[in-house]
Amino acid sequence: MAKHILAALVENRPGVLARVANLFRRRSFNIDSLSVGRTQRDEMSRMTIVMESDSAEADRLVKNLYKLVDVVHVDHLHSQPSVVREMALVKVRATSDNRREVIQLCDIFRARIIDVSAESLVVEITGEEEKLENFTELVRPFGIVEMVRTGMIALGRGGHTLKDEGFKPNRSRAAARSNVL
Amino acid sequence: MSDEDAATNREAVNPEAVNPPDGGADAVVLTGAEIVCECLLHEGVDIVFGYPGGAILPTYDALTKYPQLHHVLTRHEQGASHMADGYARATGKVGVAMATSGPGATNLVTGIATAMMDSSPIVCITGQVPTGAIGSDAFQETDVTGITLPITKHNYLVTSIDELPEVMREAFHIARTGRPGPVLVDIPKDVQIQEAEFVYPTEPIQLAGYSPPKTARARQVAAALELIRKSKRPIILAGHGISMAGANEELAQLAEKAQIPIALTLLGKGAISEQHPLCLGMMGMHGGAEVNHAIQQADLLIALGMRFDDRVTGNLATYARGSRKIHVDIDPSEINKNVTVDVGIVGDLGEVLRQLLDRVERRPNKAWFDRIAEWRADSELREIVRPAEAPQHPAVPEGKLLGAQVIRDLFEFTAGGAITVTDVGQHQMWEAQYYQHERPHSLITSGGLGTMGFGLPAAIGAKMSRPDQEVWAIVGDGGFQMTMMELATAVQERVNVHIAIINNGFLGMVRQWQEFFYEERYNQTPMVNPDFCKLAEAYGIPTVRVTERGQIEEAVNASRAQTGGPTLIDFVVEKEEIVFPMVPAGADLDDMIRRPTPAEFERQQRERAAAAEVAEAETTELEAPAAAAALGSRFGV
Ligand SMILES: Cc1ncc(C[n+]2csc(CCOP(=O)(O)OP(=O)(O)O)c2C)c(N)n1
Ligand SMILES: [Mg+2]
Repeated sequence: MAKHILAALVENRPGVLARVANLFRRRSFNIDSLSVGRTQRDEMSRMTIVMESDSAEADRLVKNLYKLVDVVHVDHLHSQPSVVREMALVKVRATSDNRREVIQLCDIFRARIIDVSAESLVVEITGEEEKLENFTELVRPFGIVEMVRTGMIALGRGGHTLKDEGFKPNRSRAAARSNVL
Repeated sequence: MSDEDAATNREAVNPEAVNPPDGGADAVVLTGAEIVCECLLHEGVDIVFGYPGGAILPTYDALTKYPQLHHVLTRHEQGASHMADGYARATGKVGVAMATSGPGATNLVTGIATAMMDSSPIVCITGQVPTGAIGSDAFQETDVTGITLPITKHNYLVTSIDELPEVMREAFHIARTGRPGPVLVDIPKDVQIQEAEFVYPTEPIQLAGYSPPKTARARQVAAALELIRKSKRPIILAGHGISMAGANEELAQLAEKAQIPIALTLLGKGAISEQHPLCLGMMGMHGGAEVNHAIQQADLLIALGMRFDDRVTGNLATYARGSRKIHVDIDPSEINKNVTVDVGIVGDLGEVLRQLLDRVERRPNKAWFDRIAEWRADSELREIVRPAEAPQHPAVPEGKLLGAQVIRDLFEFTAGGAITVTDVGQHQMWEAQYYQHERPHSLITSGGLGTMGFGLPAAIGAKMSRPDQEVWAIVGDGGFQMTMMELATAVQERVNVHIAIINNGFLGMVRQWQEFFYEERYNQTPMVNPDFCKLAEAYGIPTVRVTERGQIEEAVNASRAQTGGPTLIDFVVEKEEIVFPMVPAGADLDDMIRRPTPAEFERQQRERAAAAEVAEAETTELEAPAAAAALGSRFGV
């Protein structure tokens, strides 16, 4: 078992996200996180999929993703040198008594405080998964009021990119294009 | 399907289409509905199976302007999707089904799922409520693209008339290429009504995320050749992919050149003639015992266009344990899915087999064939279907007509030349065991989904696709009643399909499981049936009832002599016949329930009689269980 990070370039057609999500459910893939966002090209979105599994299972997911007509390219970033980041917003209980302590922790982690109120702070923290986890563990004793994580996003380092050359957007379809939802 | 078929499809483009595919013609203004019809013509479609309704009505109205598109009115949309499927399987051409929104579309679903499981190329066109009403729970609105998402190769909701021609073209392209499959196109009513300039797109189809593989990598070919060269007990497992790729000739050549026996999956029947000396017959749950033994004892499996379904592997943990494995398939996701292989090759089977053929070499091993021959001799001892005049297996009840005999005789009296289309159940397995197929696409059956009700409509579709061929629908009394309303379609269209009902008064296959695994509690499997002959006569269909083996030839000949429409034979067969051999679900592939040999059978009978005497002497209140045991023992179970 290991953490596998897959990146998929998909055409921005209606229903693509549903197709990918359905694939997870239908073939019972256990997904840790999925994040979807725009890319350098209007017609394409990029999905980052993280799963805890053996490599045969990750392989199976890659092959099944490729079967979807809207999926242009899939890469197993685990096997490539890549940069991986995730962001979390954490609302930590912090009153005048302990606010300084929390701020100190944030400094150490290079986390930013983006909202302050009498009872709490909202902290923005970006980094690899481990860093986010360490941070949340350390602030947990103060009380985490609520929190949200984006899921991981990743890019290959240097010259390593997801292939999209073959892809030319379709004239008449461009008009009808919408987002992946 | 082969490139050749794809080419035929393209050439079949109708000359009367507004814009011939070579382009050049001026654009014309057409409605969305007319564009759909134009696109169908460009794809070489000649028949559409369907059922009208509000949301698809503009397209039905447009059809009146396109007499080249023959529309077949089914009696249920499930019939339409099965007919399109049968049509497709008989030729490799794409079958087309059409239905209205909501209930019309949901009725297609079983047929779509059936086509998906067996990789059959069909395109389903459904009407949808107008774009503005989508999502409002409008009258007869269903999220059809949502419902069919997991059971289509791809689907589309067309939201603008501008994308309609491209979507239609992509739909057919995706359905027929690579690993074929069903594609659904959902078209809102307003899109069908809108008008737009229509120019048939001529540029090559651009689908960045879709490019079916062709040839294998040289390294993999070399690895496969090395395994073949070194093998002592190899066996080829030939699946549906062989005939779909048109690689039948290459398969025969490979087997002959390397002297490797071939086992067939159910849908692989027809991949090579079953008369071919290297063809062993069907493998799996109801496959030949010698075939399953050979697979378990092999030192090399060469799996070609098959997917290691649980019905052919049995217990995966003990499946062909001593063998290396080569797997060739066009779908990469099939490789290492159920069975981990040594060499996985992704590509078109025709191409890959030609790559292998160039350099394949292997020293034949007579001992391997001798072993298989021994297993086969043992199977023959246990055989229940013998010529009428030969001494019968003692387990055959006197004077009873067996389903297995019906199929064997049908094979004989049609000279093995028919296209047979089966339903699902015992009769399907008897057809697989006793009807020896010679040509590709000559057995049409629902293998993957096992859809009861498939037989009759698929046979109608097959006959309409291949009017030159003799077509038999071999159906059970249960499954027939699931889609028997299509008798009317066959009559209305004067489709000359011969229907053989293997009428055992039971959901026979389920009854068999109850006999073996549920202590003979026959819950909900006996059926009170209508008089099938009278039923068919109500449609004006000529019928015969057969109750004895001696009547089969005449009945079959009488059916074959009829040409103007469907015929029906009601074969009233033994109610409690068993399909042997049987690998219980999940058991090891060579752990089969066998019919006893005549000697074993007689010994069992003697032992039972002795035991019964003892029991009677000891107690008098055991009557019910003893009766049940006697029932279960008729075939030596
Ligand atoms: C639509 C559907 N429902 C249920 C089943 C489960 N099933 C498999 S075989 C069978 C019995 C079929 O009976 P019949 O059509 O009379 O054929 P027989 O086995 O008697 O030859 C049933 C109920 C199925 N395959 N398909
Ligand atoms: Mg029956």
